[in-house]
Amino acid sequence: MSTDSNTKYVGKAPNRVDGPLKVTGTAKYAAEFDVPDLAYGYVVSSPVAKGRIRKIHADKVLGLPGVLHVFSHENVPGLAWFDRSYKDDVAPGGSPFRPLHDDEIKFNMQPVALVVADTFELARYAASILEVEYEVEKHETDIESKRDEGYEPGRGKTGYMPPQRREDADKGLEQSAHRIRHEYIHGAQHHNPMEMFGATVHYHPDGKLTIYDKTQGVYNCQQYITKIFGLSKDEARVVNLFMGGGFGSGLRPQYELFLSVLAALELKRSVRVTLTRQQMFSFGHRPHTLQTLELGTGPDGALLGLKHYALHETSRFEDYTENVVNWSGMLYKCPNVRLSYGISPLDVYTPLDMRAPGAATGSFALEVAMDEMAYEAGLDPLEFRRRNYAEEDQNKKAPFSSKKLREAYDEGARRFGWDKRPMAPRATREGNLLVGWGVAGGVWDASMQKAAAKATITADGRLTVASAAGENGTGTYTIMAQIAAETLGLPLEAVTVRLGDTTLPEAPLQGGSWTAASVGTAVKNTCEALGEKLLKLAQKMDDSPLKDAKPEDVEFVNGLIRLRKEPQQSVVLRDVLQVSGEREIEVDSSAMPNPVNMQKYSMHSHNVVFAEVKVDEELGTVHVTRVVNVVAAGRILNQKTARSQVLGSVVWGISMALMEETVMDHRYGRYMNHNYAEYHVPTNADVRGIEVYFVEEEDPHVNPLGVKGIGEVGLLGVAAAITNAVYHATGKRVRSLPIYLDKLL
Amino acid sequence: MSIVSTSSAADDQLRPPVPPGSVTLRINGQEHTLRLAPWTSLLDALREYVGLTGTKKGCDHGQCGACTVLVDGKRINSCLTLAVLQEGADITTIEGLGTPEHLHPLQQAFIDHDAFQCGYCTPGQICSAQGLINEGKAHTEDEIRELMSGNICRCGAYVGILNAVKEVAEKELKMASCTCYGSHGHSSNS
Repeated sequence: MSTDSNTKYVGKAPNRVDGPLKVTGTAKYAAEFDVPDLAYGYVVSSPVAKGRIRKIHADKVLGLPGVLHVFSHENVPGLAWFDRSYKDDVAPGGSPFRPLHDDEIKFNMQPVALVVADTFELARYAASILEVEYEVEKHETDIESKRDEGYEPGRGKTGYMPPQRREDADKGLEQSAHRIRHEYIHGAQHHNPMEMFGATVHYHPDGKLTIYDKTQGVYNCQQYITKIFGLSKDEARVVNLFMGGGFGSGLRPQYELFLSVLAALELKRSVRVTLTRQQMFSFGHRPHTLQTLELGTGPDGALLGLKHYALHETSRFEDYTENVVNWSGMLYKCPNVRLSYGISPLDVYTPLDMRAPGAATGSFALEVAMDEMAYEAGLDPLEFRRRNYAEEDQNKKAPFSSKKLREAYDEGARRFGWDKRPMAPRATREGNLLVGWGVAGGVWDASMQKAAAKATITADGRLTVASAAGENGTGTYTIMAQIAAETLGLPLEAVTVRLGDTTLPEAPLQGGSWTAASVGTAVKNTCEALGEKLLKLAQKMDDSPLKDAKPEDVEFVNGLIRLRKEPQQSVVLRDVLQVSGEREIEVDSSAMPNPVNMQKYSMHSHNVVFAEVKVDEELGTVHVTRVVNVVAAGRILNQKTARSQVLGSVVWGISMALMEETVMDHRYGRYMNHNYAEYHVPTNADVRGIEVYFVEEEDPHVNPLGVKGIGEVGLLGVAAAITNAVYHATGKRVRSLPIYLDKLL
Repeated sequence: MSIVSTSSAADDQLRPPVPPGSVTLRINGQEHTLRLAPWTSLLDALREYVGLTGTKKGCDHGQCGACTVLVDGKRINSCLTLAVLQEGADITTIEGLGTPEHLHPLQQAFIDHDAFQCGYCTPGQICSAQGLINEGKAHTEDEIRELMSGNICRCGAYVGILNAVKEVAEKELKMASCTCYGSHGHSSNS
């Protein structure tokens, strides 16, 4: 093997560079930083969904030795006045919730007080005996009762695309030989990352704060806190080195941040606030969504008309929006399309982006409807999709920057053995188990945001790259180290990556599957800029073989700078640093999306999922026994971590299809299964037979790295493929998730 | 409109709770004498009093397994026991299994198989896996899947977890069968 490839890391499968920290318990999460003289806060939550706080009887608990304070609306100091001060970077339109602002109760489990004490045990005990009087008002929490009251939001959050239409959907449907129309429903779902939200605020002797918070965006938290409390950026440093899962829950600053900062500033003492698992159900969720899909085809199975309407809940105070229906106008070729969308306010907290927001919801409905349509038209569901393959983005009327979904169909069908599938339902049986196969897929945006990075190389040849991006399990430390090492031809072990700190160059929120593209490109640009500086230093050396070389004439490989055309003409990078006499060299740079390409091309990732289920005919139990998920998402930076993300997406899809639902008791307007025992997610025994494949796309348009992001696309189609497989096994079409066994009996 | 009150505390609850007392715990072979309230869970004692934050809190109700530690070689949820009940026991946490420089075979296998993403459930998974191996029950894939199901991984790294545990369990079982029947057949926790 050529030694030339030693420092070529991109596209390979190195282990996570932060692995040793995570498997030994050494990685520090927000509630784990050791700071001196720490006080503990415990949140008291409202048991009512709507009303007013009449009185908080704090006196009694303040009498307990060691209890320091009870913060509530009755004693919170004057803070920022205007709504805009409470708006974070991804706040939807409306008026953000302000913790402890006034006596109004807007949703069940709203934080109404923070009890602070010398120990966690005492704070918890005091919170448990804090007496709060409420005036209860009538609440509304059921979207089913609001079917006719949805309105089209005009003030959605950033990234919201109003639904579109093309030609005449009604006419297309009228002309169709085959038609279907059905409603598809899923309930509310909560992110439930393993790490509960928490913050440790270190109050320094000079009054400055270092805030270790659980968040997907340290800069977002910093601007939120500085605006509300009137602090300078220097006074509020926000740090998140590791996040124990996010899935969207940490996109917006959550109330543990506000409460811990408030307490630290008021008490002039370091404070830690962690939420309970129950409180993890109190600040945003994937909304309960009702969708109607209507499809029609010609006699040949070509789609002629498509209508997709979605209605979901929002809070009374913000217009939460997500792109649920737009994907239905994009995934398949169809001349006549009407997409529409409504939201309806309830007495709940504002919903919150949750892994593949909108698309996970929309693709479930579209892809089950496509299966129903295929059967109505008498076509194999995969063949039906092939016949309606979209060669261009019909929403935008632009070509795709790359799209290898057809290749993904081929690869997945071959791996799964789809050609052996009998068309008829209930055709395969193993004892009392009915066996079914289903297919579905999806499309997700390949996005990029502005991001900055810093690179520092020291005389000993060690490189540090830094950006305020986050690591919530996706592998950010690892892929940034790979990109940096490869760009400067250094061994992976010589690279240190620093993330998640507002003292580092700004990065976008960790979401939207854009971190690899955005921060990855910033790291690449920064390392290239550093490379140019190193080349100049190399050219100053005596008898440098690189004297007349331009940056594009050289490459950095295996610790050398060498001429591309004459690789034997090289200098050793460490020699360059030694001879230069510089102790360290530092470069800042950034990356922006290319607006011309964004205009010219539609940039998307795609996937297709094949699933096998076995259903016990008498018990109605469903087991997913095999899943093949093929993803076309540009270039894959790390085969190992990318595969893990898609494996995890399949587990999420199994969860969405069969287990996950937050159940509201509308009498109390309260989620009743707000714990890990009753909010079901898959365990190890629920998962088997998952295969993940990538159909790599060469995409020179999407961004300089050619990556599209992998965190969300893999979830699409999984729940629908399982639902379709259940139909194939049993002949029963379930249109409401999760598929509990009673729906099959 | 109606009025409700929460937690109208009885007068005797408002007396100062039982004062903190002294507790000595043997953790990873080292004695720690702590002053803590008698109702402090072992989990909180480890995280907030000893500073061993490798043991994670995911639910505090024995539902997720993130707080799994080994007590006298047996895996338990450290949120479901009080620190005072574990005086005299041998407590092993993730920090006692290995360090970044000297990884335990399970820790290395978890890295090699990418058996985690965010890493928050990982210490509990690894302690649980060691407990499972100690129990001598990790013979088949189905057995590992079933007996590792007390540890939730929301990132969904179960495929990697299965493969990592299987790799180490197979080696351990092989070693056990080569040595003498009846011995514990597992490596020590140091």
